[in-house]
Amino acid sequence: MRRFSWFNATSLTFGFAFLYLPMIILVIYSFNASKLVTVWAGFSTKWYGELFQNEAFLDAVWVTLKVAIISSTLATVLGTMAALVLLRSGRFFGRTLFSGMIYAPLVMPEVITGLSLLLLFIGIGLDRGVLTIVLAHTTFAMCYVSVVVSSRLTTFDQSLEEAALDLGCSPFQAFYLVTLPIIAPAVISGWLLAFTLSLDDLVIASFTAGPSATTLPMKIWSSVRLGVSPEINALSTLMIGVVTLGVICASLISKRSAMKRDQDERTAERAEAA
Amino acid sequence: MTQSVFAPWNDPGAKPLIQFKNVTKRFGEFVAIDDLTIDIFEQEFYALLGPSGCGKTTLMRMLAGFETPTEGTILLDGQNIAPVPPNKRAVNMMFQSYALFPHLSIWDNIAFGLKREGLAKDVIGDRVQEMLRLTRLEKFARRKPHQISGGQRQRVALARSLAKAPKLLLLDEPLGALDKKLRQETQFELMDIQEKTGTTFVIVTHDQEEAMTVASRVAVMDHGKIIQVATPADIYEQPNSVYVADFIGDVNIIEGKAEPQGGKVSIAWAEGQPNVTGTPSSEITKGQTVHFAIRPEKVTISATKPEDATNAIQGKILDIAYLGNVSTYHVELPNGVVIKSQTANNRRLSRRSFTWEDDVWLSWTDTAGILLER
Amino acid sequence: MRRISLILVPYLWLLALFLVPFLIVLKISLSDTALAIPPYTPTLDLSGWETFRAFVGALDMENFVWLTEDDLYWKAYLSSLKIALISTFFTLLIGFPIAYGMAQAREDWRPTLLMLVILPFWTSFLIRVYSWMGILSQEGYLNQLLLSFGLIDEPLIILNTPVAVYIGIVYTYLPFMVLPVYSALEKLDGSLLEAAEDLGCSRTSAFWLVTVPLSKSGIIAGSFLVFIPTLGEFVIPSLLGGSRTLMIGKVLWEEFFNNRDWPVASAVAIILLLILVIPIILFQRNEQKQREAEG
Repeated sequence: MRRFSWFNATSLTFGFAFLYLPMIILVIYSFNASKLVTVWAGFSTKWYGELFQNEAFLDAVWVTLKVAIISSTLATVLGTMAALVLLRSGRFFGRTLFSGMIYAPLVMPEVITGLSLLLLFIGIGLDRGVLTIVLAHTTFAMCYVSVVVSSRLTTFDQSLEEAALDLGCSPFQAFYLVTLPIIAPAVISGWLLAFTLSLDDLVIASFTAGPSATTLPMKIWSSVRLGVSPEINALSTLMIGVVTLGVICASLISKRSAMKRDQDERTAERAEAA
Repeated sequence: MTQSVFAPWNDPGAKPLIQFKNVTKRFGEFVAIDDLTIDIFEQEFYALLGPSGCGKTTLMRMLAGFETPTEGTILLDGQNIAPVPPNKRAVNMMFQSYALFPHLSIWDNIAFGLKREGLAKDVIGDRVQEMLRLTRLEKFARRKPHQISGGQRQRVALARSLAKAPKLLLLDEPLGALDKKLRQETQFELMDIQEKTGTTFVIVTHDQEEAMTVASRVAVMDHGKIIQVATPADIYEQPNSVYVADFIGDVNIIEGKAEPQGGKVSIAWAEGQPNVTGTPSSEITKGQTVHFAIRPEKVTISATKPEDATNAIQGKILDIAYLGNVSTYHVELPNGVVIKSQTANNRRLSRRSFTWEDDVWLSWTDTAGILLER
Repeated sequence: MRRISLILVPYLWLLALFLVPFLIVLKISLSDTALAIPPYTPTLDLSGWETFRAFVGALDMENFVWLTEDDLYWKAYLSSLKIALISTFFTLLIGFPIAYGMAQAREDWRPTLLMLVILPFWTSFLIRVYSWMGILSQEGYLNQLLLSFGLIDEPLIILNTPVAVYIGIVYTYLPFMVLPVYSALEKLDGSLLEAAEDLGCSRTSAFWLVTVPLSKSGIIAGSFLVFIPTLGEFVIPSLLGGSRTLMIGKVLWEEFFNNRDWPVASAVAIILLLILVIPIILFQRNEQKQREAEG
């Protein structure tokens, strides 16, 4: 028996208010007609209009999406490979170094990751731009992907793969016919995580971008350093809206499939009892 | 007449399907299989029985190709199978967890192995249909594994591993996940399917009852070694060691010094107790330590001393385990040793003759037990 | 063969884009500042053994000595540690009741509550920090609210002070604390508390004697998940802390971008990593223990 008390209700209410009020205020004031962001002067959507006319912002959005899609896809492939290496390849020379290189970027301060990659790109004379941001994002996001995928792989029943081999699959066939479809949800959430990390990243992108490419967070950064601006409020609202919609959809889908599965299992049990 | 008895292991001309020749498997320091040599014949239902960690699963995984022997060779049809990878072996395995592919339907699960062979669509379809019929799963072909019950899943796993018509089918604790009643039903189903398909089955189990029920021969294993290979009846009635006698069924063990007397052996086992007389199956020397093993159901319990019994000991009933069809009496002898005696309850409860603290006599003939040297 | 290529691809990638850059940072931290491009000497020259010897000979600890001499740097390290410690404590103070409330909530509510905690995590970090600028500024919403209720007579100065940094950190890192603590509390068997009460504990003492010890690993994990990234934080002190708040991530950034002093920036990075090694090892050990406990 769980006991639900006033204390718990209060802490949850205040906790979630703390988490959500700042964002709600941001959303509300994005519809403020006044240029002075803290003074309410009536409802208006004019900041959204201005946002969509701002070429620099739209360019940054395009660069950011391009970087995020390429780097998260690369990171998913590399991260899944790394997870397989960590969990399936047994002992090999330099395994400790390898697992260290997978986990270290997770705790490495962004400023250091950014600095070190920038020094590398300068050192080898690589022109900074979209390519260097992609390389940088792929590197740190693949570590997150490999953590997500390897946590799924540890609970993966290895006899499924053995069964596939036993039934005549080559090891590669066993991977893409059996393992990959089963761990697909983890791979997809790894991709989503990598995508979000890339969309979000300011520090590493600032180090590795150079003058030719500007991502959306870099654009927001240079604008908010000067203070609160209604355009940024509108942009934030759009971003919050997209994320919220996405997360709600994802959770509804997973809830429905879980419910269906539950129902199926109960039907099967009843069939057996009958 | 003799043709109906299936016993290729007694036929010196018969060629075994599988031969283990001095196979040893080590995992680092740990010896999982220790210099093991066995033959398994075609159409046999061969059970590997032993406690967990005795090496039986390793043995099976070597047959499937997931482990390679450290030393020795394994021959399938006279061919060394060590260099053959699991996906190229005419051996299929039914996994303990069933390992059904959760993202594929029952039909696709069964067809999985056939598709890898690149067979024509209608050939695959026919074969899958045949397997579904054999395992009575026709109705469930379109379902996913999580939409059927545990017993049905077990049958899907069986159908999938049989679909490729392997020379050898390996079953790893195939009934372990089922409840007792379903397990007993399924045991007979397994035997039936084995007979119908004529496939050689090797089953791994830790359940002695299951091994005794399904197998044509049982191999009792311990610490990576085979202790005894024999038919279920021989394993029970002619165990070759205390370990086997104790592992299969219930047994009383009396340890003592042997004294050969004519064709019999008299065993001095406790002071103040009459010697136990048994019939030896091998040469026993005077003064040798022997174990006399006798099954509880071969020990007769009576209120008075039986006249004609070779062995008779008096004791007091310590405990009665009433199991419905049989009762087991735990009888304590004056020197503290407890001997179990089992009788069939062919009378109603109220007319049972013995109760706690009763003084009783235990007796058996000189051929009821078996003399074991180790 | 396949196994080797499976290992080699991610391995070489990480070597080239993680280990090598890190070694470059180490090397540059031992070099001298120069008015050149790149702005440091010596540059690595592998054309011959002699030039390599000369290269090694020119490396020194000068930048590290400089870090100890200028009190800006060790003040920044100390202030980072202080800010990270204090904000970790407050995150725990606020996060624990939320996690506790979630674990005690009805079973069918929990997935929704969990989603509500995770949702901000998917939202842009920068925007979440930015949202506090409007709230905490002198004419911000908080001051307007407090003034209108007559609780204060003149606006509080919060933005551009350490307090704003604490608020920003607690706010953005709260999910990192709530999630591990919640998952520890959720596993807690309710009958344990009933057993404790049955054996004579009051509710409060049952909480301290049963709930807290059993959620210890979650509390430790959450604390490190907040503490470790906070130490090198850059965005929060820059946006909310103003020029008076010193944090090492910010110092590194300024050293690099504003002063263009790459060797010193690299040395700052190396020291920051050395400071991080201890909490990271402790964190790993806690994770290990937890995994072993779960079998």
